[in-house]
Amino acid sequence: MPSEFFIPDPEGQVPSAEGYFGAFGGKFIPEALVAAVDEVAVEYDKAKSDPEFARELDDLLVHYTGRPSSLTEVRRFAEHAGGARVFLKREDLNHTGSHKINNVLGQALLTKRMGKTRVIAETGAGQHGVATATACALFGLECTIYMGEIDTERQALNVARMRMLGAEVIAVKSGSRTLKDAINEAFRDWVANVDRTHYLFGTVAGPHPFPAMVRDFHRVIGVEARRQILERAGRLPDAAVACVGGGSNAIGLFHAFIPDADVRLIGCEPAGHGIETGEHAATLTAGEPGILHGSRSYVLQDDEGQITEPYSISAGLDYPGIGPEHAYLKDSGRGEYRAVTDDAAMQALRLLSRTEGIIPAIESAHALAGALEVGRELGPDGLIVINLSGRGDKDMDTAARYFGLYDTEADAVVEADADSDRAEIEGDAK
Amino acid sequence: MSGNVQLLSDTLAAAKSEERSALIAYLPAGFPTVDGGIAAVKAVFEGGADVVEVGLPHSDPVLDGPVIQTADDIALRGGVRIADVMRTVREAYEATGRPVLVMTYWNPIDRYGVERFTAELAEAGGAGCILPDLPVQESALWREHAEKHGLATVFVVAPSSKDARLADITAAGSGFVYAASLMGVTGTRESVGAQAQDLVRRTKATTDLPVCVGLGVSNAVQAREVAGFADGVIVGSAFVKRMLDAPDEAAGLDAVRALAADLAEGVRGTE
Repeated sequence: MPSEFFIPDPEGQVPSAEGYFGAFGGKFIPEALVAAVDEVAVEYDKAKSDPEFARELDDLLVHYTGRPSSLTEVRRFAEHAGGARVFLKREDLNHTGSHKINNVLGQALLTKRMGKTRVIAETGAGQHGVATATACALFGLECTIYMGEIDTERQALNVARMRMLGAEVIAVKSGSRTLKDAINEAFRDWVANVDRTHYLFGTVAGPHPFPAMVRDFHRVIGVEARRQILERAGRLPDAAVACVGGGSNAIGLFHAFIPDADVRLIGCEPAGHGIETGEHAATLTAGEPGILHGSRSYVLQDDEGQITEPYSISAGLDYPGIGPEHAYLKDSGRGEYRAVTDDAAMQALRLLSRTEGIIPAIESAHALAGALEVGRELGPDGLIVINLSGRGDKDMDTAARYFGLYDTEADAVVEADADSDRAEIEGDAK
Repeated sequence: MSGNVQLLSDTLAAAKSEERSALIAYLPAGFPTVDGGIAAVKAVFEGGADVVEVGLPHSDPVLDGPVIQTADDIALRGGVRIADVMRTVREAYEATGRPVLVMTYWNPIDRYGVERFTAELAEAGGAGCILPDLPVQESALWREHAEKHGLATVFVVAPSSKDARLADITAAGSGFVYAASLMGVTGTRESVGAQAQDLVRRTKATTDLPVCVGLGVSNAVQAREVAGFADGVIVGSAFVKRMLDAPDEAAGLDAVRALAADLAEGVRGTE
């Protein structure tokens, strides 16, 4: 059982030895980091073939994270998705509240094997930061988290969680003050402190081997989901749907389904205020090939290679890059990517809350909104698995402001609104 | 027109024949304005710099500390374009006849087009490029076009570079080798890392190219110390900081000219 979690299908053959997924990937890093990144690759290769590593990781996944995560059928929500059957892969039920813990525990074990005592990480929504701070507490590692200043404000709950867990949280004030800038600052730290520090990268981007390694640690999501849906529905789904920022939860769900040619792999990017407004973070929809944070992929950039500032209501998706394997899946046609606006995501967040009693993260709500469209396209015979990558506690301030749920506004707005919502929900279902 | 890789090599050889290190200065294009940046490059040449690296400002300068980040921000907010970088190179070269390099992250060249960029840089009289986030194993396309247009490819080596890798890097490079004195981003330091001398020794064991040391050098005392074991001393943030701290542009030009003169004495051991 353990090895299937992180040894990819040998028929996959990506990435190449140089870290390329077709034309994307590679290792565009300063010379000062070459030795450290190579060390990660060597240690990871050793770990993959070491039964003791597999045993330790598996033990943590089962007894600490709480895997396997549930697959929940959401019948009332599905009424709004054209009547298709819809299942949620419940990564929100993992310890720490998102899929991020899968990768973090793997890399934390690797950090110990490399003899490093300090971990740094970037975080957008704070989910990767919380997971990293958690693993550092568990393993007794020093922990510094870089987070854009805007994100420390909109995800204040997660900042408090990280500090409670003993991590130092540094608010990054450069550039757009979001995830991209947090990664820049983490790289600057790593270059200066690489001897004793591991950069516990949180998504399937960055230089080789991170895109492949982070994917492998999340591959368990799709391995479990594939087995669970076969048991529950008796067949493979028509579509596997996930949100994509950097792309870690999406690749985690997709990877086990790649050989199943009839399963559509659908990634939902943040369209923010709408692609046409320029205020979005839909990298595969509106970006061009380029290099950001150590690998070649699609990038939001101007005609002279300056990275443009992304926007999304979701801190975890507010990123102008994307993992190289998604670029490869897009160009090969195996993956489909569509863009979901802030408004559509927020409506889906409220819909799931009120039809199923599950409050999703705003990130995951982009996948829910995309799946509503896909379900209507598929019709009543459709079968969809959505990765519910995280829970929404951290987003309650944003959601309360968006929907006017705080007391001063709520008295006036919410009660009147609730009736019309119910009417709208009932109406949509018919 | 072919680029000035030979002028760069000749300039470094001339310094060596004078039994001194070369002084290499860095300034970003478009900072504080395009014309102000051109004047600053000319001023450091007047002060005694042998070579100047013109920075192409980038939105995401992951290898730069706060000083150069600030200058890049100012330049980008001012709307600096690659054409302005080319004009900076051209005017500085035409005014002085000395070698001018471009230092840039890789994505702007990747996006602009390698052939277009190298052709334009050579035509402007540029001597080559330093590409700090383009490792040697990803550099074949760049080197093909750089060689075609007579431009140097200056690779960076770091204290963490292993000997076998140093040999691979120096075999692919031209002009000189940029030895990072310490592990970290750009910015001034109290002292130059003790690792620098060891790195220069290990690098020289693999190549006849001049080895120049950068990162952290900010004053004549440090320049003299580095000149004791390196073929060139590279100074960046200290120049940029003088410009940032100056009350106006004229004072900034005086300050960088004076710093270049100080450092020029340092590399001659006469400080």
